[in-house]
Parts: sequence; C-alpha cells; structure tokens
Amino acid sequence: MTPMFEVGGFLGVAVTIAFVMLGIALLMTFIRLLRGPSLADRVVALDMLTVLAMGFIALRVIATGQALFLEIAIALGLVSFLATVFFARLIETRAGELDHGYDVPDDDGAAPGGREKR
Amino acid sequence: MVATFFDILAGVAVLIGAFFVLVAAVGVVRMPDVYVRMHAATKSGTLGSGLMLIGVAIQSGEVDIIMRALAAVVFLIATTPVAAHLLGRAAYICGVPPWRGTWIDELKGHYDPETHYLSAGNEPVNGGENRSKTKQ
Repeated sequence: MTPMFEVGGFLGVAVTIAFVMLGIALLMTFIRLLRGPSLADRVVALDMLTVLAMGFIALRVIATGQALFLEIAIALGLVSFLATVFFARLIETRAGELDHGYDVPDDDGAAPGGREKR
Repeated sequence: MVATFFDILAGVAVLIGAFFVLVAAVGVVRMPDVYVRMHAATKSGTLGSGLMLIGVAIQSGEVDIIMRALAAVVFLIATTPVAAHLLGRAAYICGVPPWRGTWIDELKGHYDPETHYLSAGNEPVNGGENRSKTKQ
C-alpha cells in the first residue's frame, strides 16, 4: 500500500486535522440531508455536500501532489450549480404539489406560513 | 527556508478553511429553518472551501496549479450566491414556513401566487390612475 501522505511536518499535521474536521462536517450534513423536513432543506444539504467535496479535493491535492483533481473540483462546482438551479426550478413550479414535510394541521387549506396553498 | 514558510502558510489556510466548513455544517444542523440554514451553508461554506483551495495554491507554487485553484475559487464565489438566492426564492414561493422567531416578513403579499411576479407594492393599478404618485 502506497503511503497516502507525501507531506510531513506542520503541513501534514494540518492536513490530517482538516481531514478529520471535514469528516465530522460530512456526517453532520448527512444528518440534515436525512432529517431536513422540507425538500429545500435537503437541497441545501446537497449543496453543502458539494462544497465539502471541493474541500476534500483540495486536501487530497495537498496530500498527494496530484494536481489533476483540481479540474474535477471545477467541474463538480459547475454540476452542483446546475443541479441546485434545477432543483430550485422544480420546487418553484411544483409549489403546491410537493409536501413541505412539516406536520401542521391543515384544516382550512392555508399553508403553514399563512399564505394560501395553491 | 522559503519552502517551509509557504508550507506553514498553506497549513494555516487549510486549518482555518476546515474550521469554517465545520462551522457551516454545525449551522446546517442546528439552525432553525431553511433560510437561516442556507445563510450558514452559503457564506461559511464558501469561505472555508475557498480558503482550502487557496492553501493548495500557496503550497504548490506552480503557475498552472495556482491558476486552476484560483479559477475554482472564483467559480465558487460566483455561483454559490446565485444558487442560494434561487433556492431561497423557491422555498419562499413553495411556502416553507420561517421559524417562530421570524416576525418580519417584508415579502408578504408581494409575490403573485400565479405568475411568481414580484411586485414592489407601488405599481400603478387600473391603467395608471395613480401614476403621478409613483413617479415622485
């Protein structure tokens, strides 16, 4: 097995600590992705996952010196932007059909925020 | 040694970036509604990830890697606010409720629910009867 890290000293320690912090952040974002009551919450968590993936790519470029992954980071940002835009279009055009995910009594047809549900 | 100085600078940038990304994840979990969660994820996440990419640029010292890392940073800064704005607008139109602490809703009644057109609240109605009022 080849060694994962090619840097040592302070930078190696910093990259290791940053990997651990990003791992914790990944787990917490997954909590929001699983729980998040509305679809918009889950899309926010997906956007956060892409930002985390770009951070992981940056750390891996430092750790291994393979600069090829930076192009993957740029492409990932582009794909994430398009995905978020089209998810926003989906939420906006299907506003009345989607479930908000909030358990509120819906007796008189009013949306939970006080606006009329379409 | 020059290389050691740049290594330490890159390590500091990476650590600060990872800290901000962790703060963004904590905000995404702990904040009360989707609008505030979006605030945490967008600003803090962009800053953290951008700082880590800048750390790559500092550590490598080669021109092509620096240009690629800066291109990724610029792309992140350019696209994330647009995506967050679209998502927040879609969530508001969809009717996702703000949490109970939000008691000022300045967009209330300004969105047409059919056409999703955002009105300013002082448009001329009935063919421009009060146009003189809006011009002033």
